Amino acid sequence: MSVARLRIETAGPLTSVQDAGRPGWRRFGVPPSGPVDRRAFAAALAATGGKEVGIEVSLGGLSFTCEGGPVAMAITGAAVASVNGVEVGGWCVVTLQPGARCRVRESGGNWGYLAFAGEMDGAAWLGSRSTHLIAGLGAGRLEAGAAVSIADARDRASVSIAPPPEAEPVAVARVVLGPQQRFFADEVLARLTGEPFAASARFDRMGMVLDGPALTPLRVDMPSEPAVRGALQVDGDGRVSLLTADHQTTGGYPRIGAVVEPDIDRVAQLPAAAALRFAVVDAGAAVALTRAAAARDAAWLAQVRAGCRARGSLLTANLVDGVVAP
Amino acid sequence: MTAPVFRAVGAGALLADFGDVIDEALFARVVALDRAVAAAPPVGLVETVPAYTSLLFVFDPLVTDHVAVEAHAARLIAPGGDFTGAHTHEVPVCYEGDAAPDLAAVAEWLGMSGEAVIAAHLAGEYRVFMYGFAPGYAYLGGVPEALHLPRKAVAVRGYPVGSVMVAGPQCLITTLPMPTGWWVIGRTPLRVLDAGAGRPFLFEPGDQVRFTRVRAEALV
Repeated sequence: MSVARLRIETAGPLTSVQDAGRPGWRRFGVPPSGPVDRRAFAAALAATGGKEVGIEVSLGGLSFTCEGGPVAMAITGAAVASVNGVEVGGWCVVTLQPGARCRVRESGGNWGYLAFAGEMDGAAWLGSRSTHLIAGLGAGRLEAGAAVSIADARDRASVSIAPPPEAEPVAVARVVLGPQQRFFADEVLARLTGEPFAASARFDRMGMVLDGPALTPLRVDMPSEPAVRGALQVDGDGRVSLLTADHQTTGGYPRIGAVVEPDIDRVAQLPAAAALRFAVVDAGAAVALTRAAAARDAAWLAQVRAGCRARGSLLTANLVDGVVAP
Repeated sequence: MTAPVFRAVGAGALLADFGDVIDEALFARVVALDRAVAAAPPVGLVETVPAYTSLLFVFDPLVTDHVAVEAHAARLIAPGGDFTGAHTHEVPVCYEGDAAPDLAAVAEWLGMSGEAVIAAHLAGEYRVFMYGFAPGYAYLGGVPEALHLPRKAVAVRGYPVGSVMVAGPQCLITTLPMPTGWWVIGRTPLRVLDAGAGRPFLFEPGDQVRFTRVRAEALV
């Protein structure tokens, strides 16, 4: 059994440790957090057999040196990596040898993920290691000088990871209107589906501001009401934001709609200026879409798991050179 | 009292909306429903989130749906509600020096003496209406009308955790060193969010808060 240590050299301001999230504490102002792109994160864990925890990378990327090891690393989501100056791309598993220098940068979207074959450390808060970034609660932000330990680090063969069933950028996001649609005139509601929107570069773990027509509310005097991930929140000037992983649990700006579960993370991944339209569905359709997507994702993740395991053992058997963990 | 309006929120949540007005009687119905649901949760419920005038049901859409959750919730709605069982918390506040950076400005704005501002703040009966903004930020209603003032035009940073601040009819004790446009009139040594504790949040929505005055030594 070996231990690998990642010594962080540079990290963008949104780089943090995440696990599947922290549901159950919204009533105390604590959103679930977890990865902004949950599919890509789950694929990184499935490809490495990693234990629940991974690293979320965004603007500014991440560079680190691997000490100890070797350790297999999965790269998924909107990120590509180079190891010792050699480009390895994204959606793949590579093994980092002791002393390897790895650079990760965003590519084709906003959020990328790293997971490792082994057990990554990180402090838990309320039973989860997900980082609530502005509060600094959970395992925390990764900054230059930090070190991450991976116990029981293992080698795996280099394989590519099948991208998710919906790999292309989302062009039309499905939305359930409300719950505060009474704050919008009919012609403003019509603009939500009738006019084009676009992703912007103004995003963080709380949400993304969308470019598009002003959806100015009739008034902004509502008492604060609970908000959810996926909500399309509109400020007094009519600017629309999508709320994501670290969203405020309550807020006084009206929400014109909520993006359906399978489309939320895909909108959050859209690079700046990518075109986006909204289509309204009813609540029953939103549930049906969510169930269908969950079934597709489960089948895909099972394939990722099996693919990496099968090829992993095959190639490892041919590559035994004394560095393979038992 | 009318029944709440149920509104779908995306694929996995349902809002029970009791009205548009912030008042204790309406909020008591939110708390009553929240408690009833905690005692008899519908299948597939993940959590509830109380706010001033509404209660959000977050559910697992792979297990249940809006129709089933609404049917379950509708059966639990009581005609009224009270705050029986709510706790009353005493929160010590220092209104002196560095602990009260905006006290003089608030007094000037309101045309009162600093002592009158403190007396008015201490006289308020506060209710925890909801959490929001950030982990542990509990919104307390019940600031006496004499102390209602708009928030600052620009948010200011640099206030320590435990800052006691007011804006409009609301009062809040900070849990993070975040910028704010509210007026900081005191500081408490009490922690609303203690990240080291097993159950880290001091208040439940519906609880009452009374402020008591302490000297600066209590902050150490």
